[in-house]
Formats: sequence, structure tokens, C-alpha cells
Amino acid sequence: MLYHILTEVSRWAIPLLLLVIPIYGAWRRVPVYEAFVEGAEEGFTTAIKIMPFLVGMMVAISVFRASGAMQYLSLVLSPLTSILDIPAEILPLGIMRPLSGSAVLGMTSELMKVYGPDSFIGRLASVMQGTTDTTFFILTIYFGSVGVKKYRYSVITGLSADITGFVAAVYICNLLFK
Amino acid sequence: MLNYIWLFLLAAGILVAAINGRVEVVTDAALNSARDAVELCINLIGVMALWLGIMKIAERSGLVSVLARWLKPVTVRLFPSVPPEHPALGAIIMNLSANILGLGNAATPFGMKAMQELGKLNDDSEEASTAMCTFLALNTSCITLLPATIIGVRLSFNSNNPVEIVGPCIMATGLSMLVGISLDYWFRSYSRWRVR
Repeated sequence: MLYHILTEVSRWAIPLLLLVIPIYGAWRRVPVYEAFVEGAEEGFTTAIKIMPFLVGMMVAISVFRASGAMQYLSLVLSPLTSILDIPAEILPLGIMRPLSGSAVLGMTSELMKVYGPDSFIGRLASVMQGTTDTTFFILTIYFGSVGVKKYRYSVITGLSADITGFVAAVYICNLLFK
Repeated sequence: MLNYIWLFLLAAGILVAAINGRVEVVTDAALNSARDAVELCINLIGVMALWLGIMKIAERSGLVSVLARWLKPVTVRLFPSVPPEHPALGAIIMNLSANILGLGNAATPFGMKAMQELGKLNDDSEEASTAMCTFLALNTSCITLLPATIIGVRLSFNSNNPVEIVGPCIMATGLSMLVGISLDYWFRSYSRWRVR
């Protein structure tokens, strides 16, 4: 039930925004089309501004991934995973998650193909993916768009939230689905 | 810190590839991903332009400040350094709402708009402001009511119940949001990075 309400909300959200905002603007006597174009112009400069940051990040991540370094990192971290009851198949997903959304989507799909979406692994992978965020991607493009190069403590905050989400996902799935 | 992480990813990757005798994969990965990054930026232009255009209408019509006024009790606590009813708060609210509903494509442009507004308050400095850090903590840990992408993936693999993961996701993101906000509060109030 709740889910149906939520899907309906997200199905309607964008069309409604596209409708309500311009109508409200016109009612407030804003020259809507001119305002739109003026705002849209910023879209170009912003997207171009993040390019160097994105290139730097994506190159490092993809070299790390393609080389197979991930398997070694999983091996190093494996004592930790047995303490926390994390299945070995899931760990690479957790490591990759803050770095690259598309890589993780690929890995999740792979796990579902092998184990099935309704297996414990499939469910855990789903919850994990829905829980944590691509923190590095977000930091890179958000800070990049304003030219900030010193991130202060935000890397630590973001990663701590990711680790919390990861551990919580494992714990909750162990409780509910095992 | 990001400098070290970046260096680690790159150096560890090349080292491992070299040990495994497959150093040529590094070349492919580096060149292809550099091209992919540019492609991603180009693809972003359209979405960014659309949402920033709509956002401009919302701003000019005063809708953004209305929204900001409603949520003032929350935002003054989270962002004490941002003047209430500043346009940054409107963009932050839009970004978080999009995140909560799982509308990733709409969230990014609003987020960047919010960062730019926060940048103006920060004299366009190269160092992140406290408000920026709080915003990113909120953004990366944000509670998700509808993880749309993953439901789609489960559906495509013929899951019997693609949405059974929604409840656990809400619980786990709730927890990570709590940690994100608390940690951010601790950093800006007590750590060596705090604003004096």
C-alpha cells in the first residue's frame, strides 16, 4: 500500500513540477520562458566545469577496478567481514559503492543473475545498493561545480554514513531474510 | 584526504596489474574512462539545463523563498551560517526531496545549484564551507523512500517481490542519515575543523 503511494508520487513528481512551477510563475507575472532560458544557460557552464574533476576521478576508479586490485582489498578485509557476518560475495560491492554507481549496478545485476533476486545474497545486494550512496561521485561533481578543492571533513562524514548504511543493511537482512 | 585516496586507487591499480602481468589493462581503462567522463558531462548538460531553467522560474516567482520559509525551523538548525530564506536553502530542499523520492536525475542539478549558492556565501573560496559540508553529509546519507533503480533491476530479474527491500532500505538509510548528521554536527562544533 505504502509502496503504491510512493511509486505514484514518484511517477507524478516530475510532470507535476514541470506544470506547477511555470504556472505559478506566470501567475506571479514572471516572463516564464525568458526565465527558463536564463536558468538553462547555467546548465551548460556547470556541466562543463565539473569535467576535469570527473575525468580525474573516473580514471583512477576504472584503473583500480580493471586491474583486479579489488580482489586483493577484499582479501585484506576478509577477517572483518567474518566478524560482521558479511557474505564474501557482497564485500566488493561495499568497497565499490562509494566510488562508482554504474560499476555497482553491474555487480548487483551479476549477483542477481547468479543467485537470483529473491536469494539472501540478491536481497542483501539490493538493500545495500538502495542504502548507500556514491559518495565520491557526489563529492567530485558537487564540489567541482564550485571549484572547491579542499573538502575538509566531508569525506569522513560521507564515508562513515556509507559504512553505517552498509553494516545496517547486512544486520537488517540477516535479521529479516535469513 | 581525497588526494591520498585518488593516489591510492591509481597506484594500487597499476601495481596489481603489473604484478599480474596485465599492465596493458591500465592503459585501456584509463583512456576509455577519460572519454566516458566527458561523455557523461555532455549528457548532463541537457538535464542540468532543464532543471536549472525550471529552478530559475521558481526562484523569480518567489516559490523558492516560500518553500524555504516553511522549512525554516529545520534549516536554521542545520545551516546556522546561511541566512534564512537564502536561495541556497530552496535548492537544498529541492535536492533532498528528489533524493528521498529516488529521482536521481533531478537531484543532481538542484544539488549543484545549491552548491553554487553556498559558494557565493563562501566568497568562492577553494575550501569547503561548513554549510557545504553539512549539505553533502545530508545528501550522501539521505533517507530513501523509494530506491527506484534497484527495484527496476529486481523486476528485470523476475523477482517474486521486487519491493520487499523497501522497508529495510528505509531503516538502513534512516540510520546512516542519523550518523551523517550527528558526525557533521560533531565536526563543525568540536573538531579541529570547527569554525572559530
